[in-house]
Amino acid sequence: MTPRIETVAIDSLMLRLFDQIDEANMPWLMAAAERLHAAFGAQLIDLVPSYTTLMLHYDCLELSEAQALERVQLALKGLQPLAMNASGQRHELPVWYHPSVGPDLQPLAHRAGCTAEQVIERHCSRDYPVFTLGFAPGFGYMGLVDPSIAAPRLTTPRQRVPKGSVGIAERQTSVYPMASPGGWNLIGRCPLALFNRERDGYSLLKPGDRVRFVAIDQPEFLRLGGDPTPMEPTP
Amino acid sequence: MSLLRVEHSLGFAQLQDGGRFGVRQLGVTQGGALDWIAQHWANWLLGNPLDACVIEIPLGGLTLRAEADGWLALCGADLNTKLDQQPLAPWQAFAIRSGQQLEFTQPRSGVRAYLAAAGGFEATSVLGSVATVMREGLGGLHGDGTGLKSGDQLTYSAQPAIGRNMPPEAIPDYQSAVTLQLLLGAQSNQFSGASLFAVFNREWTLDQRADRMGMRLTGPVLQYQGEPLISEGIPLGAVQVPPDGLPIVLLNDRQTIGGYPRLGALTPASIARLAQCAPGQKIRLQPISQQQARQEQLALLASWPAQASSF
Repeated sequence: MTPRIETVAIDSLMLRLFDQIDEANMPWLMAAAERLHAAFGAQLIDLVPSYTTLMLHYDCLELSEAQALERVQLALKGLQPLAMNASGQRHELPVWYHPSVGPDLQPLAHRAGCTAEQVIERHCSRDYPVFTLGFAPGFGYMGLVDPSIAAPRLTTPRQRVPKGSVGIAERQTSVYPMASPGGWNLIGRCPLALFNRERDGYSLLKPGDRVRFVAIDQPEFLRLGGDPTPMEPTP
Repeated sequence: MSLLRVEHSLGFAQLQDGGRFGVRQLGVTQGGALDWIAQHWANWLLGNPLDACVIEIPLGGLTLRAEADGWLALCGADLNTKLDQQPLAPWQAFAIRSGQQLEFTQPRSGVRAYLAAAGGFEATSVLGSVATVMREGLGGLHGDGTGLKSGDQLTYSAQPAIGRNMPPEAIPDYQSAVTLQLLLGAQSNQFSGASLFAVFNREWTLDQRADRMGMRLTGPVLQYQGEPLISEGIPLGAVQVPPDGLPIVLLNDRQTIGGYPRLGALTPASIARLAQCAPGQKIRLQPISQQQARQEQLALLASWPAQASSF
């Protein structure tokens, strides 16, 4: 595995391992991340994984760029992908799929030419790898959803998407860990805390984890501490 | 133990340290003082660790009252600061007595002032840092990302580790022409030749849309000719170019990943300089190699001598 490596800042290198979004990238990216952590130790300041890349932020006071490059190349020599079940945790995320908390569920079903129940069934039908976290703390970019339930982002993002909202954008899916503006198609709500600054590890999801969504009903959602406040219908 | 009470705040003044690291993979941004050079000097004047927690004060709108004697240091912008109605110039450490009022009113030179306190302001760190990030609800005095507000109480050590005077030649002139150094990289070779020429040969203007997340520049429209990108990590100071062709410099509170093409990134010293620019400021960009940028950064960091001078 020889990535293309580019300078992106005084102290950062972009390691390009792949050209396309693919679930099969994840075991390689996670294996590379492990090796890089071991090779750089305290001189690794941050490592930002994404779908096809790792951005390596190193200590440029201690290492010249040439030294950092050499260390990357040594670290990735003979890289083997992590076994899929070794590359993180598997989570089951309960979701109350309902138009009152998922105002785009019906429109999405209409677009897909199926029923809301079928959208839910398809959304729950597979394990999704967490490709990367970003946008907000604990916001995991997951996918890829069945192509039939893929949908473009809303033309006008909502000013406020409630905490826990489960959304779809193209073939990606995610849960909003905190209230924020957002343009994803909302189909339900998850009662679990995705990000908690008091919790060890802070974020429930990590890159390389796998997620299976599980449909629950409203009483179960409430029992798990979910906030059922309905959303305004989409104009 | 010394104490400052916030008498009045517009909510923008906030606690900042060196920022949050080792958590970018969780989607958590960096934070930290935008003008880290002024922050370093303010801490240096009191013998603090250079990235100790300070108050970053953009534009003014903050009034503090001492409820105990103590030592503070002020660096960065001149915000027409007054200590009990008497003008107080930046770039010095000073004693404050119980009952005195410290008021930051409006910018006369620069944009962001940095107030350091003996030993650093005390706050509980969240994910390894006290840096306030309002958008993420992390850090600050209460841990929840809020800026300073009326009634907040700030504590710090009664005595500084050491007292120092500012080397006069190290005081920056914020009225001088602004040339920022851009380390070309990322997708820079996929912009049109005319666009790359324009980047370094035309004048840019800092837009109104300028905050801790990013600052937009207006000028010639740049043309990216490459393929659309898959989102990837964004380093501090990255200069991204969205489809409207106008660059945005991404700063300490930037999103951790993004999919707009980038020209490269500003050097740390240039980021600090940009932090003192007001909207409307004319800016020139200059290319620099990574090797040169690193040499200059190492030289700059050597400018905070460890040995003490005294008052």
